[in-house]
Amino acid sequence: MSLTAADFVPIWPELLLLVMVCVILIADLFLRDDQRNGVYVLSLLTLAACAVVTVVSAGSDVSIVMHGMFVDDPMSDALKVMVYLAVGVMLVYSRTYIEARGMFRGEFYTLVLFATLGMMVMISANHFLSLYLGLELLSLSMYALVALQRDSAESTESAMKYFVLGALASGMLLYGMSMIYGATGSLEIPRVAERIANGQANATILVFGLVFVVAGLGFKFGAVPFHMWVPDVYQGAPTAVALFISTAPKLAAFAFAIRLLVEALGHPSLLVEWQQMLAILAVLSMAIGNITAIAQTNLKRMLAYSTISHMGFLLLGLMSGTVDGYGAAMFYVAVYAFIGLGTFGMIMLLSRKGFEADRIEDFKGLNRRSPWYAFVMLLLMFSLAGVPPTVGFYAKLSVLQAALDAGYIGLTIVAVLLSLVGAFYYLRIVRLMYFDEPTDTAPIVASAGARVLLSVNGLAALVIGIVPGWLMTLCQQAMQASL
Amino acid sequence: MSFQLAVFYAFALILVFAALRVITARNPVHASLFLVLAFVTAAGLWMLLEAEFLAITLVLVYVGAVMVLFLFVVMMLDINIDRIREGYWEYLVPALVVAGTMLAEMTLLLVGRSLRLEGMPAPAAKAETYSNTKELGRLIYTQYVYAFEIASVILLVAIVAAIALTMRRRKDSKYQDPARQVVVRRADRVRIVAMKSEKPAAPAAPASEQAAP
Repeated sequence: MSLTAADFVPIWPELLLLVMVCVILIADLFLRDDQRNGVYVLSLLTLAACAVVTVVSAGSDVSIVMHGMFVDDPMSDALKVMVYLAVGVMLVYSRTYIEARGMFRGEFYTLVLFATLGMMVMISANHFLSLYLGLELLSLSMYALVALQRDSAESTESAMKYFVLGALASGMLLYGMSMIYGATGSLEIPRVAERIANGQANATILVFGLVFVVAGLGFKFGAVPFHMWVPDVYQGAPTAVALFISTAPKLAAFAFAIRLLVEALGHPSLLVEWQQMLAILAVLSMAIGNITAIAQTNLKRMLAYSTISHMGFLLLGLMSGTVDGYGAAMFYVAVYAFIGLGTFGMIMLLSRKGFEADRIEDFKGLNRRSPWYAFVMLLLMFSLAGVPPTVGFYAKLSVLQAALDAGYIGLTIVAVLLSLVGAFYYLRIVRLMYFDEPTDTAPIVASAGARVLLSVNGLAALVIGIVPGWLMTLCQQAMQASL
Repeated sequence: MSFQLAVFYAFALILVFAALRVITARNPVHASLFLVLAFVTAAGLWMLLEAEFLAITLVLVYVGAVMVLFLFVVMMLDINIDRIREGYWEYLVPALVVAGTMLAEMTLLLVGRSLRLEGMPAPAAKAETYSNTKELGRLIYTQYVYAFEIASVILLVAIVAAIALTMRRRKDSKYQDPARQVVVRRADRVRIVAMKSEKPAAPAAPASEQAAP
């Protein structure tokens, strides 16, 4: 029953992060306000160190440790590295923004790192208990981050909504999990799959639990009809936090869905059931997300609806039920996370003390003010719309291909039509940037790090779009080795 | 009906009644007290399941600590009940329809077909020396140590979040520092200025009166 040293080797990144968060938490106490930069640097170094540990220990083998609670497989390694990268980039982008809004405190960084730890636990979960606890660790940190700008009534309101609906979603998820436990008698993911395969589980209870699990997942993904919280939270949260919510946690949510739906409930008899449910969620998300986004004047709200539609696309990849489809979905979520980083990064670049560039008009005439950032934004918008040769096109193409291979011809056509609708509002921003007169003429101020990273982020959307092979291979191989 | 079953039904009825009163009681203090009743009854149900550690923890932690704190908060806050209940009837009807439909659907699906008592036999009785507390402790620190540690991290996040969200130094608050009050000297507060005595200033010139219309 006791743990051996071998149990601790795969969880090194988690242990390192946890120890470092505690160090940062205590170090922050002894720092004066003008030394606060140390917390920022230390957080970035921690993420880099975790990335090094994860990459060095990455292999093609699957090891299950901690009494079956934790799994270390290629998928978890790949997703964790992406999470570190997304969180690190987010910290760089938001540096100037949070300083101008009085949020540049140690708590911001510790909460972000705790949320990262939660995502890592989710990604590596091999047990319903660790899945759920990781999710709660992530969500609790998120609620606090959204409310961190305490003097803003909007932030507090959106944090409240996020908290209440998140608690409801967790309740649904737990109820579903308890039903699955009742049917199979185990919480360990491989054992649940084994019992189902052996026909030892009560099918009615299993499907009943599945419905609640899918509903809970829908909430966490922000898929229609469980999407009500997304626009309000994106709009109300400080842009830095909205950026955080829309990127790294989607990677963790993807891992969550793979572990729960594919690894635990992936038996063909259940696959058919959740494929139908995901199909409905996917079509509704793409339709309502894309159509409602057209009517938005607030950019953050528009991006929220755009997220909903992209989550629909992601679900389309998941529901194909093939390893290729899961690989395509993983590629899609990775691409989406990094494009999302860039878009919110642009909002923060144009914002300054006392001014939020979160209306679509704020991007008017950006080409006159700064041709380079207008070009970066153009690449990001093209990528979200799926215009070739940007990476968004390839991501959409591979998901559609997986759906076609699985025989969902009708769904594929609907998805293509709805992304055409979506292209309208992305291209509208491009039009505003290039063909309208600027209304805001303030110079663009940002740290050198944010400028360089934002440029790299935009260019990556183009470069990876031209040579997507390596990332696609990485995703496919990670999926094949893990499932 | 065995004695155990009778106790179960009695507790279950009290539990449901208390839970209903928690959400229907007009006075928030009454609602909190009904919640205490619900917790104590639930602890009794756990006792029937021979989970005595959980039962005692529920009473100690929830009733003893959480609910006392809760009552404090409820009594300290000036809650405007009428404003909270605004729109209550408006929401009640759709909520009842949704909840009723879900309950009916779940009942149709599960009761009688899948969830039958015969399908879920009672576990074998434990030996006299069996200690629920000891078993839980053994499991938490061996099999579930990973989950246990993550749960402790969640509590740490709760502390950090609570402090981050509520602690602030208000610039406009006036407070006394007894240490500084004690060490104060006369010279800090009173300054004696030597001045020559002056005549009162001459009355204002009448010119300003004439200037006025």
